[in-house]
Amino acid sequence: MTETAPPPASLRDHRGRHRVAVTGIGLVTPLGLGVAESWAALLAGRSGIRRITRFPTAHLKTTIAGQVTLPEGATGEVLTSPARVERMAGLAAAEAIAAAGLAGEERFPGPLCLGMPPVEVEWPHRIALARQALDREPGPLRYPALAAAATGQEALFEQCLFGGVGERLAARFGTTGAPVEITTACATGASAIQLGVEAIQRGEAPAALCIGAEGSVQPEALIRFSLLSALSTRNEEPERASRPFEKNREGFVMSEGAAALVLESLEGAMARGATVLGLVLGCGERADSFHRTRSNPDGGAIIGAMRAAIADAGLEPAAIDYVNAHGTGTPENDKMETLGMRAVFGEACPPISSNKSMIGHTLSAAGAIEAVFSLLAIRDGMLPPTINHETPDPAIPLDVVPNEARPAAVRHVLSNSFGFGGQNVCLVLGAAPQA
Amino acid sequence: MTESIWITGIGLVSSLGEGPEIHRAALAGRAPVVDAEGFAPYPIHPLPPLELDRQIPKRGDQRQMEPWQRLGTYAAGLAIDQAGARALVADMHLLVAAGGGERDTALDEAVCAEIARLPAEEAGQRLNAMLASGLRPTLFLAQLSNLLAGNISIVHGVTGSSRTFMGEEAAAADAVRIAAARLAEGRGGIALVGGAYVAGRWDMLLLYAASGELRQGGWAPLAERAEGGGLVTGSAAAFLVLETENHARARGAAGLARLGAVRSGAARRQGEDSAEASAAALAQSLPLRPGHAVISGASGAALPTAAERRFLAGLRAAGPAPGQVVHSADLIGHAVEAAFPANLALAALALAAGDAPQALVTGFGVWRGEALALLEPVA
Repeated sequence: MTETAPPPASLRDHRGRHRVAVTGIGLVTPLGLGVAESWAALLAGRSGIRRITRFPTAHLKTTIAGQVTLPEGATGEVLTSPARVERMAGLAAAEAIAAAGLAGEERFPGPLCLGMPPVEVEWPHRIALARQALDREPGPLRYPALAAAATGQEALFEQCLFGGVGERLAARFGTTGAPVEITTACATGASAIQLGVEAIQRGEAPAALCIGAEGSVQPEALIRFSLLSALSTRNEEPERASRPFEKNREGFVMSEGAAALVLESLEGAMARGATVLGLVLGCGERADSFHRTRSNPDGGAIIGAMRAAIADAGLEPAAIDYVNAHGTGTPENDKMETLGMRAVFGEACPPISSNKSMIGHTLSAAGAIEAVFSLLAIRDGMLPPTINHETPDPAIPLDVVPNEARPAAVRHVLSNSFGFGGQNVCLVLGAAPQA
Repeated sequence: MTESIWITGIGLVSSLGEGPEIHRAALAGRAPVVDAEGFAPYPIHPLPPLELDRQIPKRGDQRQMEPWQRLGTYAAGLAIDQAGARALVADMHLLVAAGGGERDTALDEAVCAEIARLPAEEAGQRLNAMLASGLRPTLFLAQLSNLLAGNISIVHGVTGSSRTFMGEEAAAADAVRIAAARLAEGRGGIALVGGAYVAGRWDMLLLYAASGELRQGGWAPLAERAEGGGLVTGSAAAFLVLETENHARARGAAGLARLGAVRSGAARRQGEDSAEASAAALAQSLPLRPGHAVISGASGAALPTAAERRFLAGLRAAGPAPGQVVHSADLIGHAVEAAFPANLALAALALAAGDAPQALVTGFGVWRGEALALLEPVA
C-alpha cells in the first residue's frame, strides 16, 4: 500500500478544503454582450438604463429599465421571461466555458448551479390560450377553458417548468448530474456561486458551472415592484435614475442580464494548465426573521453574513480592499448596508461602489454579475464607480468611488447580496495565487 | 469528517390529515381523500382543514400568505415541534423546495376574457391598465418562491441560512441531498428541509394540463390508470429536521431514522439515457437488505411511472427481496416539490414504528429528475 503525499498546502484553504479557482467568466448586461464590452462601459461610468421599448408602457408608474438587446431581439419575437433567462444564461455560459478553455469538450466536468427567477405561464401564453379557447368554444373564458386549450402543449409545459431552463442548459453544456436551480431573491446569483463552491470544497465535483440570470423585465413584474414602492420613477432621466448611496435616491431600477463563472478546484485548474482569474475564498450567509421586505434595524443578519464570509475566507476585515455593494438605491437598503459596513469595518471602511448605478438591479443575476465585476476589479486594479453621485447623503459616510473609476491595488473583495425574504449572502473573492 | 445524519422531526400534512399517526396507519393501505368535482375534469387530493393559529399565531402573518405558503409554514412548525428544536432555530439551516405561489385567478380570467377579444395592437395597453388597477400588493410576496422560506424564517425564527431550490420534484431531492451533505461535512448541526404543494390551484392545473399527463374524470389506483393521463396531484407539505447524530445525542434528541444515501440524477429520457437507467446507476452499491420497504414516488405520469416499475423490477431481480411496496400516489397523490420529502417522512415513520428494517424512497419527476434515498433505523 502506497502513501499518497498530501497536496501542497496552498491548494487547500485554512479549513483544509479545496481552494476554488475561477477559470472562466461570461457576462450579458444592459451595457453589452460579453465581458469586455460590459466591463469597459462600467469603467467608463456609462449608464445602461433606458426607456422601455420592448412592450407598451402606458399605465405603468415606472417606464425605464435596464434592457439587454439580444441578437435575435430585432426579429420582433416576443420572448417571455423563461425564454429570455435561458438565452442570456446560455450566452454567458458559452463565453465563460470558452474563456476557461473548455469549449469543444463533450462534457463539462461538474454540475450546473443556476440562479434564476421563478418562472410561470406568462401573459403572452395566457392570452394565446384564451384566443385558442375562444376559437374552440365561444363562451365564458375561465381557467378550465384555458387548461383545456393548453392540454398537450408540451412545449409550453417544458418552457414554464422551473426545472426547464436548467435542464436545457445542462443538456447544451453537458454538465454532470442533476442541474440545481436556486432562488434567494436578490441574493440568488451569489447563492448559485456558493452552491458550486461548496460542491468543489467537499470534493463532490472538480468543477462547477455557476450562473445567475434574470429576464423579468415585463409589465406584470414592473407593476408588482411598483406596488411595493420599490422602483425609481425618474422616468424622464433614465440614465440618472439609479442613485445608490446618494441623498436623492428613491428606489431601484429593474434590469436583466446574466453572468456565468467556471469554478474549479485550484488543484485541478493548475494541473490542466488553466489560467486562473481569481479565487472564491469564502462565502457567508445569514437569514433575517424580521420582515418580508425589510431588514431588522439592528442589521444583525447583514453584519452576520459579511463577517461569516470574511471568516470563511480566513481573513480579518482589514484585509478587504474593496466592497462591491448590494447598493440597490432604495432608501432602506443603502442605509442598512452602511450600518453593516460600519459594524464590520469600523472607522476604516474600504471603498464601496455599486454597479447597479449603471446596470440597474439585475435581481437574480446581480450576485453573479457583481462577483464577475469584483474579479475584474482585482485583475485590472480598477474600482468601478458609483455614478449619479451628486448630493452626498450625510447618513452615509462611505467612500462610494463617486462617479469615476479609480485605480487601486485590490487583492480581496467582499461582494454583498441582500434580498427580500431576509436572504443575505456575501462572497469574498481574491487574486489568483502568484506563479 | 463525515457524520451520520438523523431525522429527528417530521412535519407532515396531506389530504389525509396531519401528523405521524394518521400517516403511519395509512401505510397499511386505506382509501384516499379525493375531490373530483372542485377542479373538474381533474381530480385532486384537497387540503385538509388546518388550525393555522397553532403554528402561525399572528393573523397578520397569515394574511401575508396564500394557502401554499401557509401550508408549508404550518408543516415546518410541526417538524420543529416534533424535534423539540424550538430553541435551536437561530442557527438552523433552512432548505426549501418551492414552486410558485398562487396567482389571482379571478383577475387572470377577467383579463383573458377581455383581451382575447381585442385586436393585438390594443392588447398591450389594456393589459397594463387592468393589471395596474387589479393586482393586490400583498400578492406579490405571496407569489415569490423564496417567500415560503422567508415566512418560515419570520414565523418560526429559522435563520441559520435560507436556500430555496426550484425544479419541481428534483428540487426537493437536491435540497435534501445538499442539506445532508452540508451537515455531514460539519457545516452546522441542524437543518430544516422540505416543501409544500397545493393541488387545488387552477394556475398549476393549467401548467400540468399542458403536459398532457393530468388524469381526467374519476380517481383510480395507480395500477389501474391506463397508459398516459394518469397524474393526480395532491396537496401536501413535508418538512424534516435533519441533525448530525452527535448534535442530536448531545441534546438528548431521539432519532426517528438515519438518513443514508441521498442521490439524484437527471436523465434526458431519450434513447439509452432513460429514467430507468439513471435510477439504476443511482442504486449501484446501495446496501439494501432483504425485507426493505419501498416508498415509491411514482407520479402516474406515463413514461416515468413505467420507468420506475421497470427499475424496481430490475432491483428485485438483481438484489435482496423487498418487503412492502407503498405507492404514495395512491394515498396522498403526487405532491410535486413536496413529494420526495413526504415520501422520506413516510419511510421514517415506518422505520420508527419498527414496520420495516430499512426503507428505499424513489422519486421520478413528471418531466425530469430521478432520485433515491435509503433510510435506516436508528441503532
